[in-house]
Amino acid sequence: MKSLSRLLAIIKKEVRQLRRDRLTFGMVVGLPVLQMLLFGYAINTDVRNLRTAIANQANTHLSREFVAALKQTQVVDVTTTVTTAEELEALLRRGKISIGVFLPDDFDRRVSSRSRSAVQLLVDGSDPTILGVANQLRVMPLSFDSARPAASAQPMIEVRPYYNPERRTPVNIIPGLMGVILTMTMILFTAVAIVRERERGNLELLINTPLSSAELMIGKIVPYIIIGMLQLALILGVGRLLFDVPVRGSVLDLYIAASAFVAANLALGLLISTAARTQFQAMQMMVFILLPSILLSGFMFPFDGMPKAARYIGEILPNTHFIRLTRGIMLRDAPLGELLPDLYYLIGFTLVAMTIAAKRFTKRLD
Amino acid sequence: MHSEFAIEARGLSKHFGELKAVSGLDLRVPRGQIYGFLGPNGSGKSTTIRMLCGLLTPTEGTATVLDTQIPADARILKPKIGYMTQRFSLFGDMTVFENLQFISEIYSFPSADRAARIRDLLAKYDLEPQRNQLAGTMSGGQRQRLALACAVLHRPELLLLDEPTSAVDPQSRRDFWENLFRLASDGTTILVSTHYMDEAERCHRLAILDHGVKVADGTPRDLQAATGMHVVEVSAKDPYAAQAAIHDLAPVASVTQLGVRLRVLIPEHFDGPVRLIEQALVRNDIAATVDTTDATLEDVFVAVTMAPEKAA
Repeated sequence: MKSLSRLLAIIKKEVRQLRRDRLTFGMVVGLPVLQMLLFGYAINTDVRNLRTAIANQANTHLSREFVAALKQTQVVDVTTTVTTAEELEALLRRGKISIGVFLPDDFDRRVSSRSRSAVQLLVDGSDPTILGVANQLRVMPLSFDSARPAASAQPMIEVRPYYNPERRTPVNIIPGLMGVILTMTMILFTAVAIVRERERGNLELLINTPLSSAELMIGKIVPYIIIGMLQLALILGVGRLLFDVPVRGSVLDLYIAASAFVAANLALGLLISTAARTQFQAMQMMVFILLPSILLSGFMFPFDGMPKAARYIGEILPNTHFIRLTRGIMLRDAPLGELLPDLYYLIGFTLVAMTIAAKRFTKRLD
Repeated sequence: MHSEFAIEARGLSKHFGELKAVSGLDLRVPRGQIYGFLGPNGSGKSTTIRMLCGLLTPTEGTATVLDTQIPADARILKPKIGYMTQRFSLFGDMTVFENLQFISEIYSFPSADRAARIRDLLAKYDLEPQRNQLAGTMSGGQRQRLALACAVLHRPELLLLDEPTSAVDPQSRRDFWENLFRLASDGTTILVSTHYMDEAERCHRLAILDHGVKVADGTPRDLQAATGMHVVEVSAKDPYAAQAAIHDLAPVASVTQLGVRLRVLIPEHFDGPVRLIEQALVRNDIAATVDTTDATLEDVFVAVTMAPEKAA
């Protein structure tokens, strides 16, 4: 009986403490819900609404019928209409679209003769999921294509994968993984930075010196930017050696993008650090950033395939923008100049997060 | 405007929700003196020191520290004060030298004089043997010397020390006070909080805090002279029985046992305190010697912190 009452006392104490520790409580409840939502919505192999541009050079009744049928599949979301195949390629390289649809001016004749494919799908092959979707489009039913094709005949739709002709997954994964690894380590380093000093009592000393909040914040970030750059070199080296992942674009561009990304993560980490009271709390908060950074950033699932709400959350995360930058630079040989919005977002994010962190960190104890 | 006081506070209060940590504190600390805050834990000593260096915003009242308004101009004040926290707040994973160097950089101590200043401090505070030792592995006394060396490195006009000796042995405490007197004689004003009577006695002036209220202030000698109490010392074979016999006598404000002796406080306006106690002891058949004596600071402390109805 004594043992039972002691046991109950412990249970009661734990429940009481848990109820008072709002963050742990939030994790108990929030994490499963968050994971269910993220996995349930984001892991969805029926990818829909891939951003698509169409170049319809034929512009005939038949070609327009084809475009209408393509739109009806809901797999594509036609965002742009252009006139040439070169424009499609440019949009693809800048990451504006995932699929380019090209209908040549002799579309009608090709459909009837079946000697050559009548439609070309220019696909960003760096993401195997998107490539798989495009391949499925080849067999979509078309009302005007009633004739059963002879076995030797060319399929009407031809898929042309760009950037990853061998269709290897690591080629797509590594640039994204770079973002995930940097997110994890960079936020972790700085998230505990201020809290650790608070816990150890160092902070009371520091805030009584002439040191300003901004000095303390920036001083804590700078060493880690260098560590981040070393990590990047490590990931690139391993990617190259073990997985033969190319860097098709400029390495300098990649480092510029990575600097902005590392700074954004460090600033976010500092922000966490000013909000958390203990190192453990900082860790807990970090999980809430890390999980969506993996699941909603386009790292695991094609960004366009995710539901609207998930994409809005994804747009906030630095990792989403960094993955766009790395995939563009490393796989599609896109110059940084064509990817500026993502770079600007990272810089803006850093400035905002740093400002809030420095504001939140008052040199007071009350 | 150069005030003769390093610290001047009027009606300083700090409330944390319902808790009134400090209430209506008036304070005047003359320059170049060691000023003590004496009080038990939770009496508002730390809160007051934190308000005076701008770490906490007063709920009410104002303070001028080194001619600077607090907390509005705390930024200007920081380079002029040195602060030693109650808990060791230097970096345990850095060496003694690295800690001193860090502090010298934070305070922008002229780089040409840094090496000499650090050498000087290592010698003065007897830290030369620990120069390359990690601060976290040092003894309480060594840590405290390092903390003081760091607090005075930039030659502050005012030192705020929050229970600096609570974690060190008696010898280290004596050495520490030697250092404080040397600093004071060089013109540094020192505000030091303590709950040790012997330390309080060493201060030039003293304020006694109780439950966030200043209950007395003055020089230790003045305070001892003005307790408003007769102090009667009783030496008995059976001090416990003697205490029982004396304790419930109407005029007795307090009885404190010190070994075989009892110190009894009786309000000053009561005539014949010795006779009163002797009679009570005789009634109870207890053999004892009874005599009046001078008040110690401990008696002062007991007298000023007791419930008001007993002191009347």
